Amino acid sequence: MLHTVNASPFERTALTCCLAHAVNGDAVVLIEDAVYAVVKGSTASAEIVAMTEGVDLYVLGPDLAARGINRAKLIAGITEIDYAGFVDLVVAHTSSQAWL
Amino acid sequence: MSDTAIAPKIIKKFLYVNRKAPYGTIYALEALEAVLIGAAFDQDVSLAFLDDGVFQLTKGQNARAIGMKTVSPAFGALGDFGVTRLYVEAESLAERGLTRDDLMIITHDFENGTTGEVPSIIVVDRARMSNVMAEHDIVLTF
Amino acid sequence: MTTMRPPDAAQCYDLNGAAIEHDEEGYLVDVAAWTPELALQIATTECLVMDDERWDVVRALRSYYEIYQVAPPIRVLVKVLAKTLGPAKGNSDYLYRLFPEGPAKQACKIAGLPKPTGCV
Repeated sequence: MLHTVNASPFERTALTCCLAHAVNGDAVVLIEDAVYAVVKGSTASAEIVAMTEGVDLYVLGPDLAARGINRAKLIAGITEIDYAGFVDLVVAHTSSQAWL
Repeated sequence: MSDTAIAPKIIKKFLYVNRKAPYGTIYALEALEAVLIGAAFDQDVSLAFLDDGVFQLTKGQNARAIGMKTVSPAFGALGDFGVTRLYVEAESLAERGLTRDDLMIITHDFENGTTGEVPSIIVVDRARMSNVMAEHDIVLTF
Repeated sequence: MTTMRPPDAAQCYDLNGAAIEHDEEGYLVDVAAWTPELALQIATTECLVMDDERWDVVRALRSYYEIYQVAPPIRVLVKVLAKTLGPAKGNSDYLYRLFPEGPAKQACKIAGLPKPTGCV
């Protein structure tokens, strides 16, 4: 299963709920305002670090760039992808689910 | 590839995941509409309720005074549409101070014309909910 | 009640001088605006005569909608009528005889319900 999350973790619970349902072998892609979650030192990033064993985490580069989030500010263990990489992930998973 | 006009009928397992409370946004009504359309096209349709979505199933809703359509009565019709499985997450209920008794009683007929009614609501824990999601071909979240 | 801008005449049934608004396909905008008299008028525009058999279906639809707030498409209508009126009436051959242009569509329209979900 490929999960996408598009909401800021400081405004909505989509990320927390997604992480609670993601299982070993799943992938999570953070897009739009959800990319704020991977900034080092944030409470949301601590949650990610604590909860992601066996789950691959991705963040959409264009959404980072739009928000001026420098790569150096990201937590470790997260893979930055572009749109083509996003498409590849969708193709690689049998189903996907959007957490709004 | 053949170019035959009539495609074989494909039935997929659809899971409509409801995560929003019924009246603060239009998601619940829109999800219901999508569910009924999926069912009308003879797809294998199930519903899941987690997070604030569990509020959609509570007893005693009446949206008349806020000028909206009450969402909950339509869940009672799902059995007639062939939608017989409503998975509800136990943790989401507990977090909100709800128990199964706070939810509407929703049933469907026994299959094969036998008389009698079967409860449609299936309360599952979070781990089982993840499995339910994985078991479906298409997962649509509202 | 409050006065409202009179709706476009082309979008209304005229019931003894009262304008009852409908959508572009003839379905009532407000389910509560329905009366049996209006049903007769809608049936006329559908070129149907309301006999006891058609009334049974229309009444069954009204009470189904009252409970569930859902207008049933044909497959569901058949199932529901089989339960409430018996298998002789809950079958699509019978219903197509009464409502040749589509039982769910035509009977829902006459019953003042919205167009059934999933009907294209």
